[in-house]
Order: sequence, then C-alpha cells, then structure tokens
Amino acid sequence: MDVMPKWADVVLVPLFSLLLAAFLSALLILAIGESPSEALSLMVQGTLLRSAGWGYMLYYTTNFIFTGLAVSVAFHASLFNIGGEGQAMMGGLGVSLVCLFIPWPHWSLAIVGASVGAAVFGMIWAGLPAYLQAKRGSHIVITTIMFNFIAAGVLNFFLVGALKPKGSMDPATANFPASTHLPTFEDMAQLVGFEKMFRSAPANVSFFIALLACVAVWYLIWRSPLGYEIRALGKSGPAARYAGIGSVKIIMITMMISGALCGLMAINTTQGESERLILNFTEGAGFIGIAVALMGRSHPLGVLLAALLFGFLYQGGAELALWTKIPRELIIVIQALVILFTGALTMMVRAPLERLFLMAWRG
Amino acid sequence: MDFLTLVQVLDSSLRLATPLLLACLAGLFSERAGIFDIGLEGKILAAAFVSAAIAYITGSVWVGLLAGIGASVMLSAIHGLASITLRGDQIISGVAINFLAAGLTVVIAQAWFGQGGRTPPLQSGGRFEPINFPGAVPSKEMADAGPLMQLYSELLSGHSLLVYFALLTVPISWFVLYKTRFGLRLRAVGENPAAVDTAGISVIGMRYAAVIICGILCGIAGAYLATALQANFTKDMSAGRGFIALAALIFAKWRPWYALGACLLFGFFFAVDNRFQNILLPAWAISSVLLLLALGLLAYVWRKSLLDKVVLGGLGLGIVFVSALIVNSAWSAGLGTQIKIPVVFIQSLPYILTVVVLAGFVGKAIPPRSGGVPYMKEK
Repeated sequence: MDVMPKWADVVLVPLFSLLLAAFLSALLILAIGESPSEALSLMVQGTLLRSAGWGYMLYYTTNFIFTGLAVSVAFHASLFNIGGEGQAMMGGLGVSLVCLFIPWPHWSLAIVGASVGAAVFGMIWAGLPAYLQAKRGSHIVITTIMFNFIAAGVLNFFLVGALKPKGSMDPATANFPASTHLPTFEDMAQLVGFEKMFRSAPANVSFFIALLACVAVWYLIWRSPLGYEIRALGKSGPAARYAGIGSVKIIMITMMISGALCGLMAINTTQGESERLILNFTEGAGFIGIAVALMGRSHPLGVLLAALLFGFLYQGGAELALWTKIPRELIIVIQALVILFTGALTMMVRAPLERLFLMAWRG
Repeated sequence: MDFLTLVQVLDSSLRLATPLLLACLAGLFSERAGIFDIGLEGKILAAAFVSAAIAYITGSVWVGLLAGIGASVMLSAIHGLASITLRGDQIISGVAINFLAAGLTVVIAQAWFGQGGRTPPLQSGGRFEPINFPGAVPSKEMADAGPLMQLYSELLSGHSLLVYFALLTVPISWFVLYKTRFGLRLRAVGENPAAVDTAGISVIGMRYAAVIICGILCGIAGAYLATALQANFTKDMSAGRGFIALAALIFAKWRPWYALGACLLFGFFFAVDNRFQNILLPAWAISSVLLLLALGLLAYVWRKSLLDKVVLGGLGLGIVFVSALIVNSAWSAGLGTQIKIPVVFIQSLPYILTVVVLAGFVGKAIPPRSGGVPYMKEK
C-alpha cells in the first residue's frame, strides 16, 4: 500500500499542495490584471529583505504556531478543534484580567501570570465542548463552531460593558500598566547593540514561548505516556478502549491542552502587541491554525515551518494591499487552497506523486 | 407593545428566516445523504456576490439568480469531488470552501468594481421587488387598518418572490424526502450506504444529487441576501448565516417541518434584536430564572460522576454567581429595578440553544448514521 517512502509523504505532499495553491493564486492574480512575479517580489521585499518585515512576519508566525499546535494536538486524538478562534478570544479575556487587576512588578512575572490566565480561560472554553463530546456524544465540530460565536458575544459583552473604562467610546479595555508590557524584538536588538533593527514591529518575547510550546508538544505527543494514549485513541477508539485507555479522560485532556494553546495566542496579540484587549484581535488566526496543522502534518516542526510560511503570506499580503490593487483577502484564498489540497483533496495530490514513485521503482 | 409592532416583528422574522430556511433545507438534503456540509456559509456568500455582480452587469435579477446558483453549485461540486469521489475529509473540505468564498468574493469584487469589496447598488430590475397582494394596505395607512388587515398586508403580503418560494420548499422537501423513491434512497444513503449499493443503486450518484440540490438551495439563499433583502453585495454579508442554518438543522433534528420552525424561531431572535435595543426585565425575574436554571443543573449532577459534577456543577455555580451579581447591583435600588438584557445575549441565543439541544438535555438530536463517512465499495 505504501508506495512512497515516508519522507516523500511528509515533505513532497505538502510541497506539491503548496505549489498547486501558488499556481492557482498566480492565475487569480493574472485574472485580476496584476503580475504574479511582481507580486511575489513585493512580498519578498516587504517581508524578508527588511528587519521590520521579519518583525511583522514573526509576530503573525507566533499566533499561527500556537493555533497550529492546538489543532495538531486535537488531530492526534482524531478530534477537530475548529473553535480556536473562540478559545483565543477567551484567552484574551484571561490575559486582560490578569494584567489589569494584578499589580505585576516586572514583565517577566507578568508574562507567566498572563500565560496561566490565557491558558486557563482557553482550557475552560475548550473543556465544555470536550465534555459534551465525551459524555453526551455531541459532535465536537459543531459545538466548537457554536462556542466561537458565543465567545464573540461574551467578548463583546465585556468590552462594551464591565471592562471598558468610563468615558471611553471604543470597545476595548484600558491600557495595561507599563510593567506588563513585553519587550519587543526592537527592544531586544537594542539591548545587544543593534539600533534601528525591527523598527516598531510587533514581534515580541512570546515568540520564544511559542518555540517552547513546539518542544513541549513534541515531547507530549511522542515521548510521554499521555501522548501515546492520545495517539492510540486517535488511531482507533475501540483498540484504545481495549487497551484500557479511557476515551472520556483523553478527549477532555486533549481538548483542554488544545484550548490552552489557542488561549496562549493572546499573550502575543493582547499583552505583546495591542497592550489592551480589543474586539476581533484574533483576526482569524484560530482558523489559520487548521491550515497550519494540515500543512505541517500535525508535527511541531512542520507546524513551525508552516506557521513561518503563513506569517510570510500575511505580512506579504499586507504589503500587496499597500502597493497594488490586490486586496489582503488574496491570502485567504491561498489559505483556502492550502486547506483544500492538504486536507480534503489529498488523494488527488498523492495520486500523481505515487505514480511517479511507482515508475521510479520499476526503473 | 401593540399588535402592529408584533406583526412588524413577525414580518421581519419571516424576512430574516428566509435565507436560513433555504440554507437549512440545503444542509438537510446534503446531510440526509451522508455528506456533512459546513460549507453552507461559503456557498451563500459566493452566490450572494455572483448574483449581485451579474444582476448589476446585466440588469436582470433572474440572470443574477441563475449565476448565483451556478457559483454555489460549483462550490458544491468541489465539495462533492473532495468528499464523495476522493473520499477526503468532509469537514475540512467545508472549511476550505468557506475560506475560498470569503477570499474570492472580495478579491474579484475589488477587481471588477473597485469599491472595497462590494458591488454597486442594484437598480430596479436588478433586484427582487416586493409582491403586494390585492387589497393590501400600504404601510403608511397600516396603523389605521384592523388587526386582520394588518396581518394580511404586513405579514402575508409585501415579500419578495423568494420568500414565498422558500416557504414552498418546505412541503416540497418533505414530499421529496418522505414520499418519493428518490427521497427514500437519499435517506438510505445517509443511513446505510452499503444496503443501497446492494440494491443496485449508485451511492455516488445519489450523494452527488444531494450535494447539487444543496448547492442550488444555497445559491437561492445567497441571491436572496444580495438581491432581495439588500440591494447589493457587501463583504462577508452572509455574516454566519450558514452556521446558524447548520444550528437550525440540528435544532430541527434533520426534519423539513421542524426546520421551518427552527428557522422562524432564529429569524425571530434576529428580528427582536434588530427592533428592540433595550429589553428590560425586573432584576428579581432575571435572577430567579438564573437561580432556577442553576438549581436544575446542580440537582441533575447530584448523583452523577465526578466529571459531570465538575463541569455542569461548575456551570451551575457560575450561573449562581452571575445571578448574585445582578442582585447585588440592584440591591440598593430595590429588586424591582429594570435591568437591560445584553444585546449579545439575544444574538447568541441560537448558538446557545443549539448547544443545549446537541447536549441532549432537551430531546436528543441524532444525525444520519453514515454522515461524514465516505463510502467505499467492497473490493
């Protein structure tokens, strides 16, 4: 059955999908009367050839690592967490409560507190659908979609009500105190003597927390007993039950880890960038996590690379919208195509590759 | 609230329920045949854009409608290709279709019209006009008319053709699904495709038929949004309606007549939300309803497992906390103080109700048994 070696399956299939997506996007750019090669060079110039571009790219990447890891962890247990958006919103609420109401002496302590707040809130928001799936058999995809909408309502409720400072008009919390502000890449570059690097780019220390999360998830899934149980349940529910692995427990734990990871995204956006809680701060990152996880084959290393790619696309897309007539939504199209080819049309992508390998084997 | 206000709210409920109903029945056909479709949202959005764009260019709403249906059916075909022929993941395919529509509509709208992802307003002829029944009173004289006349002129008359069509699709869907051979086979394909295959009927053919019907209905829903409810396309104008339709489908337990009820109910929530910005209730009423709810939850988990106690008991305690907050804030002014129900609560009600139904506390929603499972013929 396995025609392709494992490396080809892991590397070639996502790459081939990406090429297909890029090709179709190039056609789209041509169709609306712009030049694809010019668009690509604009994206590269605005992102990779400027340190500030890197600063923006890594900021987006940080979000996508968290949400991509979250979706991956759930995938390993054959659960589809489409509620990353809602869990991240709740995480934002957790971050703001921690930052606004606890007097932190230093950012290094504040980020620990905020991470706990974000993770706990995300966990709770993923825990309810997990409970409904594990105990009542409600389909987790539908419940997490519903919880996205409910989370948006809850966030809205707090931002136009209790958390909005008196006299302010826009739906946002007060600014967080200065002692909770996270050092950005610009601050860190100055520290080691590089002035004028990462100028006013939003990337901040939470990028390193995202990297730590990659290692932690790798250890959890492939090196810990819990990870073994998660993967066993994901491969075959009946077999896992026969081996004495309780599905209720694993579904709960997996989804709560997933929710916590999504929630953590908020330390980057809310504590790191906006320094207050605003509406729509997630900007669809919860959904991009799906594309990132699919493209990264649910492996932390793959997720990291895919998150970098999408970070590049997002920053590049902003550049395109700035300099050409191509709106930012082009990136959503690319994202959709990546999801389509890596997730739904895998058979179509694999078939020609497998044929190639068969031909190669036969010589 | 006088009678006319009630009639007006019901009238706008019907208007707002129409796209939900069409999309809900679309989902019904697809899911009854075993193909999950969370791409309803994307199909509605794509159809809304294409119908508005084509209606603007040609000046004919009918050409626009056909083009919208065409766009939606094309997305359906992609979903069918992914989930039927290539046996891919139906949920992921649906997600992809939603994004594809969200991105493409804006990119193309910007390229064609250059108005920030919207189409120019449609002139008459490019949109569906309301149909006034004979003898209906115009809205200016509505206040002086009798109650029956108000019901007739406001609620029954004055909708666009698509509203009446949507209402008509309910009995048609019921008839097709429950009274025809095609419907029996379609439902069977969603429950036990192997049995249908054994009977010599093409599972793939049946599923494609269902997916295409789904595309047609979503197309009409989208065209209704852009050419009847409003008179142009705006970015993301489907605004989650596809997901609410999905919620309504579950709420209706995958049955056509229930779907009508669920969509009218959700449409009513929208209408209430649009019409009343301030819904006031006395503090004692709100907090006692919440307390009763919490007590119910706590009583339910009394003899259940630890997990039930932690999750549902925690939820119950949270509700008690909210109720205590309300009492506390109203205490000094007396418990009869009128408290404003948050607007977002009304907006979230469809989702909350759906979760409650999914949880199986109020009747169990059982999806078609082979839903989401690709069919593979035995070799």
